[in-house]
Amino acid sequence: MSTPTYEEVIAKWDPVLGLEVHVELNTHSKMFCGCATEFGAEPNTQTCPVCLALPGALPVVNEKAIESTILIGLALNCKIAPYSRFARKNYFYPDMPKNFQISQYDEPICFDGYVDVEIDTDEGPKQFRIEIERVHMEEDTGKSLHVGGATGRIHGADYSLLDYNRAGIPLVEIVTKIVPGTGKYAPEVARAYVAELRDILRGLKVSDVKMEQGSLRCDANVSLKPIGSDVLGTRSETKNVNSLRSVERAIRGEMIRHAELLNEGKKVKQETRHFQEETGLTRSGRSKEQAEDYRYFPDPDLVPVTPAASWIEELRATLPEKPSLRRARLQEAWGVPDKEMAALVNAELLDVVEETVGLGADPAKARTWWMGEISRIANEKEVTATSLITPAQVAEIVALVASGDLTDKLARQVVDGVIAGEGSPSQVIEKRGLKVVSDDSALMAAIEAAIAAQPDTAERIRGGNIPAAGALIGAVMKATGGQADAAKVRELLLKHLGQG
Amino acid sequence: MINKTAVEMAEALTKGETSSVELTQSHLDRIADVDGQVKAFLHVDADGALAQAKDVDAKLKAGEKLSPLAGIPLALKDILAQKGVPTTAGSKILEGWRPPYDSTVVAKLKAAGVVILGKTNMDEFAMGSSTENSGYGPTFNPWDLARTPGGSSGGSAAAVSAFEAPLAIGSDTGGSIRQPAALTGIVGVRPTYGAVSRYGLIAYSSSLDQAGPFGRTVLDTALLHEVMAGHDAHDATSINAPVPAVVAAAKSGDVKGMKIGVIKQLQGEGYQKGVLTRFNESLDALAALGAEIIEVDCPSFEYALSAYYLIAPSECSSNLARFDAMRYGLRTGDVNGASAEAVMSATRDAGFGREVKRRIILGTYALSSGYYDAYYGSAQKIRTLIIQDYAKAFTQADVLVSPTAPTTAYKIGEKVDDPMAMYLGDVATIPVNLAGICGMSLPAGLAEEDGLPVGFQIMAPAMQDQRLYQAGAALEASLLAKWGAPILSKAPVLKGVK
Repeated sequence: MSTPTYEEVIAKWDPVLGLEVHVELNTHSKMFCGCATEFGAEPNTQTCPVCLALPGALPVVNEKAIESTILIGLALNCKIAPYSRFARKNYFYPDMPKNFQISQYDEPICFDGYVDVEIDTDEGPKQFRIEIERVHMEEDTGKSLHVGGATGRIHGADYSLLDYNRAGIPLVEIVTKIVPGTGKYAPEVARAYVAELRDILRGLKVSDVKMEQGSLRCDANVSLKPIGSDVLGTRSETKNVNSLRSVERAIRGEMIRHAELLNEGKKVKQETRHFQEETGLTRSGRSKEQAEDYRYFPDPDLVPVTPAASWIEELRATLPEKPSLRRARLQEAWGVPDKEMAALVNAELLDVVEETVGLGADPAKARTWWMGEISRIANEKEVTATSLITPAQVAEIVALVASGDLTDKLARQVVDGVIAGEGSPSQVIEKRGLKVVSDDSALMAAIEAAIAAQPDTAERIRGGNIPAAGALIGAVMKATGGQADAAKVRELLLKHLGQG
Repeated sequence: MINKTAVEMAEALTKGETSSVELTQSHLDRIADVDGQVKAFLHVDADGALAQAKDVDAKLKAGEKLSPLAGIPLALKDILAQKGVPTTAGSKILEGWRPPYDSTVVAKLKAAGVVILGKTNMDEFAMGSSTENSGYGPTFNPWDLARTPGGSSGGSAAAVSAFEAPLAIGSDTGGSIRQPAALTGIVGVRPTYGAVSRYGLIAYSSSLDQAGPFGRTVLDTALLHEVMAGHDAHDATSINAPVPAVVAAAKSGDVKGMKIGVIKQLQGEGYQKGVLTRFNESLDALAALGAEIIEVDCPSFEYALSAYYLIAPSECSSNLARFDAMRYGLRTGDVNGASAEAVMSATRDAGFGREVKRRIILGTYALSSGYYDAYYGSAQKIRTLIIQDYAKAFTQADVLVSPTAPTTAYKIGEKVDDPMAMYLGDVATIPVNLAGICGMSLPAGLAEEDGLPVGFQIMAPAMQDQRLYQAGAALEASLLAKWGAPILSKAPVLKGVK
């Protein structure tokens, strides 16, 4: 037998998903101490007795992290526990300073929620409800860099370097209940779920949600059961899935791998697998057949989390509009086709476009600038579009074009200037002398000069050959350094030659 | 001067009759003189102490208003982190470690101008009742150098008893302040759980640990209590409330009309005859002062020891996981490309003593999946029952009392191979820890049969620590009048090496 195609897999097998998403919160300080959380600092510079687990040091909960977690729970339609506790998850690993992780075990702060996602199916757009089992708080571990050895893993390495800057960064884990009934759309549903979570979290402003930096990480559990069966198959848990595309690929790949094993009468091993970007395949990690005993128990150094009902309601009142509703509202208001709306969302430019429109810009123009010229430059420079220019600057440029003070061509030069750091749009216009020549007498002088230079062409236009005007308009534009409004030049020229 | 109380020393300082440097130096001399026999100290920080003393003297000279204990020397249990000073918790696994930070208790001591002489010996990670489990050898009881001073804060208690320091700090997880205070004839208090910050106190059992003061008098102890206690934002379990008025209570010492409950379960069988005799005499003394003595029933106390020996090992199995050779302390076995796991294992094997390993294994087992409910879970239920027993008893009495320990000080080596016998010595002190309330031990006299000190334990509800001092001061005054001199004057004179 050989590897089945995806179509062969779904003809016989029904996938069941389970998704665990870890989110690094963007609090200024760590979960249990006052250390900074900035990404990319020199190794071990953001540490203290608490996050290095020096003898005697004690954790104290970051209230902001609790607030963020409750917000997440509320946005995911969860119930918020009036009483929850932190537990210790005990296991030895060099990048975990205490050799236990403070997490929540049987008493999570948020539970029983759901997220609705919509995907395109053969029968048109279809909604799936992903039920949330729990949302809980925990702390991140440090980072190990295993040097030497073939695999980059601890076994076989010559030595390991440890960076505890990440140790103690607040993490929120969002765990779904099992997700059945997605059939062949399992990979797309999973992707849509993670994308929706990302948008919800971004809307809440509680995380940077950068999958490439690891501030949003997804573990995908997949199992297969024969179509029509109620008995769940053995699952594998794929870690290290660090982009939306990878979520989709990892699940598709695991479905095929499971089906091949099952078709051959073999068993799927319950294990952790690691996703590999290059191949789209997973490789075996730690076997979970012998479940590790983490010896969870309530952390005696911390007191229970007991958010007041009134505080929860205050937080609920601050929840932003749901991303799906917001997208629908903006799409309708701006009159954007589905495909372009999707492109805008995927490019992560919805927020800036909305802001630009909010500052008075025409929605179509705002979208065109951000998705076009600015994104093009951003791609060239390999930076994000939003790091180049502000919505206020874009709005100003759009307004200058609308008022006729800039042509599109001049406006592009203004954008270039702003990005090059030459100042605000008005400063760039000033410095580069980019004003549209709108003075009729100045334009007329240029027109008359052009006619004088090409009398034959002028004669043809007088004779009714309107398209011949192009040559003269071009000459005028050239003479004014492109700073004239071509439509205006055309109008004046034709009028002057008796064709207006 | 070293034979005086801390209050007297402070008076002498403010009157200019002595200086803190002089006071500190005389204690350093005493340590040099007798500590070769007592072995109370693991580390003497002579330079640091004299520098602190000099600082206080300068402030005194400048007429600054200082705290009542400014300039008074103190011995610090080696379980508390002190910046730059070796801190081992009595364990070889931390040999040579110098903390880069001060525990909150040390920060408060420094702020109050208390002079820290050095770090005292203790059972490794506070696990033990005789100081024999120290990785650095035992401490000897100044009353009889063949006997233990109790533990785990045996070094601190012995230092105060041997006049090496007028004050000391210990920690009490199951009786580790009160029992050594009893066995060395001094006063020791375990404050209410959460009253003194645990930040920088190397954790044995987080839900039971609490640092507290030792002194030779109730008032000295109260003054130190007031310096140590108070809310700390670095400890989530710290109580955010004013410190009980312990000094005022120690000064008033009035028990007229106070209801004193004798716990039925903490007397009788298993208690040494001489211990019970002194205990009952103390009750008579309190009654004579106008207190009403009643008996209270705490039926769940029978299970306290079992619950303690599940909860404390469970928490310690997790608390001590951080000693893994990765960031500080001992590292062994790091040869020929040994794996991190192998180094951790070799280091923990070499660095931890027998009792520590015993408790880590016990706790690991008690928390294991499949056993958790039967062991850790049941122990927590017993804890709740003990809390309820106390709550009920405190509706009948203002304070509760018992002998502090069932026996007087036992011989070094006597119980070291019989952990169960050793554990039984904590039967009267452990319930206080399980309930998170406060307790004091103060001298009740010497047992007739061996001439060794007997401790009288007083217990009060959470954050009612002042009641301990009120009753304690009354009893102390009454017994002092009867004896004619402080109990320590009866101790054999230690012959110095000089």
